[in-house]
Amino acid sequence: MIYDVAVIGAGVIGGLTARELTKYKLSVVLLEKESDVACGASKANSGIIHGGFDPEPDTLKAKLNSTGVDKLYKTAQMLHVPHKNNGSFVCAFSKKEEAHLKELYDRGIENGIEKMSIISGDEARAIEPNLSPEITAVLNVPTAGIICPYELTIAAVGNAMKNGAVLLTDFTVTSIINDGCFNVSSADGRCVKARYVINCAGCYGDKIAAMVGDDSFEIIPRAGQYILLDKKEGARVSHTIFQVPSKEGKGILVSPTVDGNLLTGPTAEAVDCPMCVNTTPEGLETVQRLAAKSVPSVQFREVITSFCGVRSSEKNGDFIIEESKAQKGFINVAAIDSPGLTSSVAIAEYTVEVLKNAGLELELNPDFDGTREDPHFFRHLTDEEKNEYIKKNPAYGKIICRCETVTEGEIRDAIRRDPKPQDIDGVKRRTRSGMGRCQGGFCKPFVMKLLAEENGCKMEDVTKNGKTSQMVLGKL
Amino acid sequence: MLEHDIVIIGGGPAGMAAAVAAFDRGVNDVVILDRDDDIGGILRQCIHNGFGLHKLGRELTGPEYAAVYKKMVEERGIKVYYETMVTDLTSDRVVTASNRDGILKIKAKAVILAMGCRERSRGALNISGKRPAGVYSAGTAQKLMNCEGYAVGKRAVILGSGDIGLIMARRMSLEGAKVEAVCELMPYSGGLTRNIVQCLEDFGIPLYLSTTVCEIHGDRRLEGVTIAQVDENRRVIEETKRYIPCDTLLLSVGLIPENELTRAAGIPIDPITNGAQVDENRETKVKGIFACGNVLQVHDLVDYVSDEAEIAGTAAARLVLEGKGKTEEIKTGAGNGVRYVLPQCISNRDGDVALFMRVTEPFGKVRFTVRSGDEVLATAVRLKAAPGEMEKITVKADKLALVKDTVTVSLEEI
Ligand SMILES: Cc1cc2nc3c(=O)[nH]c(=O)nc-3n(C[C@H](O)[C@H](O)[C@H](O)COP(=O)(O)OP(=O)(O)OC[C@H]3O[C@@H](n4cnc5c(N)ncnc54)[C@H](O)[C@@H]3O)c2cc1C
Ligand SMILES: Cc1cc2nc3c(=O)[nH]c(=O)nc-3n(C[C@H](O)[C@H](O)[C@H](O)COP(=O)(O)OP(=O)(O)OC[C@H]3O[C@@H](n4cnc5c(N)ncnc54)[C@H](O)[C@@H]3O)c2cc1C
Repeated sequence: MIYDVAVIGAGVIGGLTARELTKYKLSVVLLEKESDVACGASKANSGIIHGGFDPEPDTLKAKLNSTGVDKLYKTAQMLHVPHKNNGSFVCAFSKKEEAHLKELYDRGIENGIEKMSIISGDEARAIEPNLSPEITAVLNVPTAGIICPYELTIAAVGNAMKNGAVLLTDFTVTSIINDGCFNVSSADGRCVKARYVINCAGCYGDKIAAMVGDDSFEIIPRAGQYILLDKKEGARVSHTIFQVPSKEGKGILVSPTVDGNLLTGPTAEAVDCPMCVNTTPEGLETVQRLAAKSVPSVQFREVITSFCGVRSSEKNGDFIIEESKAQKGFINVAAIDSPGLTSSVAIAEYTVEVLKNAGLELELNPDFDGTREDPHFFRHLTDEEKNEYIKKNPAYGKIICRCETVTEGEIRDAIRRDPKPQDIDGVKRRTRSGMGRCQGGFCKPFVMKLLAEENGCKMEDVTKNGKTSQMVLGKL
Repeated sequence: MLEHDIVIIGGGPAGMAAAVAAFDRGVNDVVILDRDDDIGGILRQCIHNGFGLHKLGRELTGPEYAAVYKKMVEERGIKVYYETMVTDLTSDRVVTASNRDGILKIKAKAVILAMGCRERSRGALNISGKRPAGVYSAGTAQKLMNCEGYAVGKRAVILGSGDIGLIMARRMSLEGAKVEAVCELMPYSGGLTRNIVQCLEDFGIPLYLSTTVCEIHGDRRLEGVTIAQVDENRRVIEETKRYIPCDTLLLSVGLIPENELTRAAGIPIDPITNGAQVDENRETKVKGIFACGNVLQVHDLVDYVSDEAEIAGTAAARLVLEGKGKTEEIKTGAGNGVRYVLPQCISNRDGDVALFMRVTEPFGKVRFTVRSGDEVLATAVRLKAAPGEMEKITVKADKLALVKDTVTVSLEEI
């Protein structure tokens, strides 16, 4: 068959774009090189819904960020993606930085951001008592928030699939040939035909564009390292705490996460390749030092894990969302670095506009259902309600992950729900099993067994993250 | 809401011994809750020898030692709730748990905490690098091998020379894997001497002291680690970095008592032991809640776990039967060369009190002295002392009668 649209890359942008396309009578295929969705930047970022004061006015970033915030909150509600409108503080530590705050404020006004205000350090500390006494003034951005980025991606792809989109994983696009329609081929010899192609390949966007002879941009990978702390530290602040960008670094933040942990980071470092997701001693040291500048009482001995994500930046600093000049019908959605997550729903809508202008006819799909049932409904039940549920489904009484209180029932459901996780990290991102303070030390063998059982495979075929990441080698 | 006289959370060696002791002291209504499908705790996966020499006078494997106690539990008809995870505990002793039958709430006259430990994870160490498969905490690997029967890797490096690390080095070798190195951050091993001999030397496995793993390599499955020596401040010495190819990294870098429930009940924790602060009966600062075993302090010998649990079980039964309470509070403390002393306080002087402690670093011949003010309560001489081996010194009741002030233990090299 020939699909109407092939979307390359199942990150948050590809996922939401595929979902947006299923609002119309179109056949859509989503191609992803990893075994799961949300394996690129969309799983390792700050998860901040940025207020929108930061981008230069009149850029795509400014436009899609300011319109994107509301759209994202609405979509997150429809898809039951954990999120919170907790507001953000940008902190100044000197008169000079206060001047910078004012600039950010003015830029925010120009970008149409509402409800911002500049408050004194003391006023800020009255709200956030753990802020450093050195902070002299704060830009208060009440519209900002936090969201779980990988769950948004998983939800978007799942919802797109519910509305008819097809997901092909382990599909590394290696060539794109146009012979009247696009022939998109993978490393393992599969080929998908489509009338239109959307390039949402994140850090690999320039490589994909080059496959159709488009070398108009180059992606510059920039890594960001994080340290995630135990829930014991989660209430250290309630807002997301930024610093005014300075020469020391551009914004190490301290923020609660939607799950109640405390996140600190990211660094900003040029790296050689998109695979450079390794943390470094220097990077982790920088995160600790600069986070302590804003919130001195953060207890870094409560670290649970550290990780690293890679941004796909471009020299002009703006998103690139347009039909390729080199190839008609091929749309680049590239250089989607921060605030890409915040803008993601707006980007998806804008991308469909670009497709329409490129000639794709759009007819509304009357059967489109943009909602997802809450996969975490069980967590929110009262004890009485849980009891009743367990009577019908005993697997919900068996707790597998002690740190995050995840039951066998929830894990089995997650393994059966689209997009189906193939490995332990996939289960982790969907259920939080293994994400707590023991990092899977206890639940891993159980999760392996459940994956093997549900997928009808052997224990030695169970992987951690992708095809060649076997957990055990075989029977002794 | 269900009601029981004594609820024991965790059915490892500590929970089982506490249950048996409480029953034998006269409380029939004792129940054990355990999240696993069998009792025995961590012993179930410790298929090596070395258990029971002190307590039972013979050398058993972990499962054999556990079976001895399980039989005692069964003979007494003590009820065990299997596959039952305790999720909450309040200071007025209401236990909430979840199993396939539903959520149960139990009001208890006394609660004994016996939840054991978990292992420190890679995350807690902040080792930099990538995040491939093949990095296991030693206990998880032990469980996969000994309980599930799977090989975890062919070529391993082990970080941490505590007993679990040493035992896993031997276990991997016996299964045909090549153990390239055991690395230990400290200048000495935290394991028992007999384990260093039997698990490393007998297999020709090198032990590198003052050495750590500083980077993890590999995108999918582990491909290798960078190890390096550290200076006296435990900072990596750059020139000593070297790469070792391996597909498995086992982390045996410390146990953390599982005190989530303890905290939930508002029980004060000792920052050194990471367990509850208790008196000589192993009663915490919250009346009617006791603690024993690895949840209280990390033990190297299960025999001592059983001893400690008997103290807690007996005292809990006495509280239920006689309502006997605390009469006073004499603090204990660690002096020169001693890292901690347990119990952290003494509430009654009606019997001998055994003090347990660990030293701060390896020593040669030492004399321990237990003092209160100018009064010497007890002394003990050891030919050597190491942080890996728990020390026990008993203070006689007649000496306790003299105590007016904090009881401290210190040591001097002789
Ligand atoms: C450190 C960091 C912090 C950030 N913080 C924030 C923030 O707080 N707020 C915010 O709004 N934004 C933030 N961002 C930006 C945001 O994370 C990104 O804009 C967003 O995740 C980009 O999504 P994406 O789908 O374009 O990319 P990705 O998630 O990287 O998805 C690209 C996908 O394409 C796949 N792919 C690549 N090549 C191929 C191929 N050849 N064949 C098939 N598939 C392929 C990849 O495997 C991947 O799954 C941050 C980014 C980083 C890195
Ligand atoms: C890998 C390893 C090797 C060892 N080797 C030796 C040796 O060679 N010789 C020796 O003498 N000692 C050895 N030890 C030490 C000894 O085994 C331990 O000290 C002893 O098992 C501790 O007993 P415990 O009952 O306190 O804890 P555990 O054995 O850990 O038991 C705790 C129990 O509590 C349950 N539990 C925990 N939380 C909950 C909850 N919320 N709800 C319900 N149930 C819960 C667990 O399922 C478990 O059954 C070893 C220990 C380990 C970890």
